[in-house]
Amino acid sequence: MTDTDATEKVQQEHTAADDPSLSPVVDHTEAHLHSPVPTVLHHEHHEPAPAPTPARPAERAPRGVKLAKISRTGDRVFRSLATTSGLAIVLLVLFVGFFLLALALPSLRADQDNFLTSRTWTVAGNELRFGIAGLFWTTVLSSILAMAMAVPVALGVALCLTQYLHKRVSGPVSFVVDLLAAVPSIIFGLWGLTVLGPFLAPAAAWLISTIGWIPLFSKSVDPKGSVFVASVVLAIMILPIVIAISRDVFAQTPRDHIEAALALGATRWEVIRTAVLPHGRSGVVSASMLGLGRALGETIAVMIILTTPPQGAPFTPSIFAGGETFASKIANNAAEFDSPSKTGAYIAAGLVLFVVTFAVNAIARIVAERGAKS
Amino acid sequence: MTATTTDTPLALSRPSGVRTLKNALATVFVALATVLTIIPLAWVLATVIIKGYRLLLTPTWWLQSQRGITPRREGGGAYHAIVGTVEMALICAAIAVPLGVMGAILLIEYGRGTKIARGVSFMVDILSGIPSIVAALFIYALFITIFGLGRSAIAVSCALVLLMLPVVLRSTEEMLKLVPDSLREASYSLGVPKWKTIVKVVIPTAFGGIVTGVMLGVARVMGETAPLLILVSYAVGINFSPTSDTMGALPTMINAGRDQPPQFPGYERVWAAALTLIIIVMLLNLLARFIARATTLKEK
Amino acid sequence: MAKRIDVKNLDIYYGGFHAVEDVSMTVEPRTVTAFIGPSGCGKSTLLRTLNRMHEVIPGAHVKGSVQLDGTELYGQGVDPVAVRRVVGMVFQRPNPFPSMSIFDNVASGLRLNGVKNKGILTDAVERSLIAANLWNEVKDRLGKAGIGLSGGQQQRLCIARAIAVEPQVILMDEPCSALDPISTLAIEDLIGELQEQYTVVIVTHNMQQAARVSDQTAFFNLAAQGKPGKLIEIGPTEKIFSNPDEQATEDYITGRFG
Repeated sequence: MTDTDATEKVQQEHTAADDPSLSPVVDHTEAHLHSPVPTVLHHEHHEPAPAPTPARPAERAPRGVKLAKISRTGDRVFRSLATTSGLAIVLLVLFVGFFLLALALPSLRADQDNFLTSRTWTVAGNELRFGIAGLFWTTVLSSILAMAMAVPVALGVALCLTQYLHKRVSGPVSFVVDLLAAVPSIIFGLWGLTVLGPFLAPAAAWLISTIGWIPLFSKSVDPKGSVFVASVVLAIMILPIVIAISRDVFAQTPRDHIEAALALGATRWEVIRTAVLPHGRSGVVSASMLGLGRALGETIAVMIILTTPPQGAPFTPSIFAGGETFASKIANNAAEFDSPSKTGAYIAAGLVLFVVTFAVNAIARIVAERGAKS
Repeated sequence: MTATTTDTPLALSRPSGVRTLKNALATVFVALATVLTIIPLAWVLATVIIKGYRLLLTPTWWLQSQRGITPRREGGGAYHAIVGTVEMALICAAIAVPLGVMGAILLIEYGRGTKIARGVSFMVDILSGIPSIVAALFIYALFITIFGLGRSAIAVSCALVLLMLPVVLRSTEEMLKLVPDSLREASYSLGVPKWKTIVKVVIPTAFGGIVTGVMLGVARVMGETAPLLILVSYAVGINFSPTSDTMGALPTMINAGRDQPPQFPGYERVWAAALTLIIIVMLLNLLARFIARATTLKEK
Repeated sequence: MAKRIDVKNLDIYYGGFHAVEDVSMTVEPRTVTAFIGPSGCGKSTLLRTLNRMHEVIPGAHVKGSVQLDGTELYGQGVDPVAVRRVVGMVFQRPNPFPSMSIFDNVASGLRLNGVKNKGILTDAVERSLIAANLWNEVKDRLGKAGIGLSGGQQQRLCIARAIAVEPQVILMDEPCSALDPISTLAIEDLIGELQEQYTVVIVTHNMQQAARVSDQTAFFNLAAQGKPGKLIEIGPTEKIFSNPDEQATEDYITGRFG
């Protein structure tokens, strides 16, 4: 249904002036209008509908009102601009996806190793052997660690801002926390490598000595450029986003629930436990997943901090080892995209990253929407 | 912070010891978490300021490039990098802002609830999830592998567009949503066509918020390093031409020198560049928030 | 200048939903007509068809005819935007443009329609504000923000804004329901003055208000939940409120329902 088509016009006789209001009109001819709407897409919308373009002069009675036809080019032009932008965006995204896929496929087909399970990465020369198992491990490990560290802290901060601090204080504190999000990642990388790494070295050593028998915490050769340090930095980087969303969710806890808990004589913690947290559960999960998505895609900080293990090094699950994530691998080899097959391999890795990130973000959104509905 | 007990003389006892304890523990945890969050921020800022402030006080820093300067030599400045960073961000904004604002207009003013709007919205969601390295890879593959164009600053800007567009579009969308329908109705009732209503009534009303979104988007892309690594070579000299294959930028200036030992003068320059970048980004952020606060629609 | 409105067999639909059924009425020029009736019976819906504002909602359409001095508002080739320049509207909640000053608000209708001459605009603003009984209160601060005024003043500002484009008809959709009693009285007095120049149609929930300000009253009602609204009775205000023809009207007036 388009604009004014929806209005069915009626051709009508002039009725006598003396009894117009109550007498029914004798003749009805309904003309269904067909306006050649110039926009590409026909859809329902609310708009003070532009008149159909084939201009017919309005019926005029001798004393009547002049209702001239106004040019609607303004509306047409503007609307097509908006629609074109929308289309451009859609096409852009689709194009990105297909294009990257098209470039990755030849390299994938030429891959002699299993893409998903191999840990080697030889892309120079004719024999392509590459697989993302190692990348996958490091990426997931560092991101999940980061999330594990960041989420409890973020929860605490969000609760503090909404439930503990007076409104006047929580504004500025919120603001300061948000500033954390403004720091560019390269600076986190730089700081992580030169300042935090050495700072955490004793803690790492202590962990190794006490629980080093767990493979995850086993001793490794690269204490400075380790997954551990990278995870801590990632955790710091994803704090703002998890805090911001959790804070909004907690702030929207219905007053009635809180007051009901208070009326029962609950302590502040108990109010939180019974009213705030349950209401905010889906929001927090969603926030955590968004933080995870952010950690997965982080490139520069990880690239700077993590030491790349030499080619062919044996696999170690230790968080104190170095490694490469999807993102850091691509960034580290930026100078070497000289052949399409090589580039294709890296693009394949990039695509996997994209798919994983997208899946995580999609889950976050679904959880959030489902939570909002209940 | 225990729950307030009633003041009646029939003194009801405090909650049990365990409950009070749990409550206190929760408070401690929450306070600790907040402190734990602020510490890294303060620490990073302190580190960067302390290690980098000295050079920023010299005029050469702001006026000269690094041409002819080796890591072991003193001197030179960040002019080339500042210019490069700003230039690439502005080119990106010139593309991303109109596209994003018009896209938001489509979603809110013309298509609320329609399938088209949902499709575009979905695509924007996908776009916002693209990691910066993948965006950079895409532009690389397109411009260089397929079209054979070679690296350039424009390529960087194009990659940045993919990153800035969702930010601008979403924030503009939120701002447009905040404009009450009664304003649009008032305008229609005065006999104003729809496009004019959008341009002359809706957008001016939402303008502050839109500007905020744009500034935050610019601040974000200024700090992006991945596209710079892949799509342009770091230049130590001044180069304004966006089509050349080298251009300086603050993130790559930092990256180029990050391995230097502390004894070299180059080390200090790295931190100074970091401080410069933080200052620019923070200023943009603060300005954006200030504008947002100053122009919030006062609800009646 | 003011025009006469003729509604003939108007049916109003929202998509497939039949909202208002078969309305026919006449509004004489320079009179005030009040639409009364319980909530949801179509008064505001009908009001909005008089300046084609209902078309802002997707799927809304009408069958039948609305004529202004004989010119069919729903005729072929008629531009709704043009209709709205001739038939102005004042809304329930005052809605001055927040990004504009008082002067700019009143002038907005003219400016957005292409009038640029400062002299013309200034005259129009002064004239409209005087007509809206707001001039004395704001003449020294025309440059201040429109939303800085009180509720009653804002509503008068909106009336001035509507008048500035020199419509023939002014539609008012419960203009006082968001205002305090004193502002309400001020607006009612204003309506009395406005009717000397314009045809006014006002929707109101307040029966006493309808009795105070209108020459003619139309009573609407729903047959049942989910049925379309209907015009039950229309006639001179005095008659409707003292000796209505329909039982339903009498029941509503005396407060038996609604």
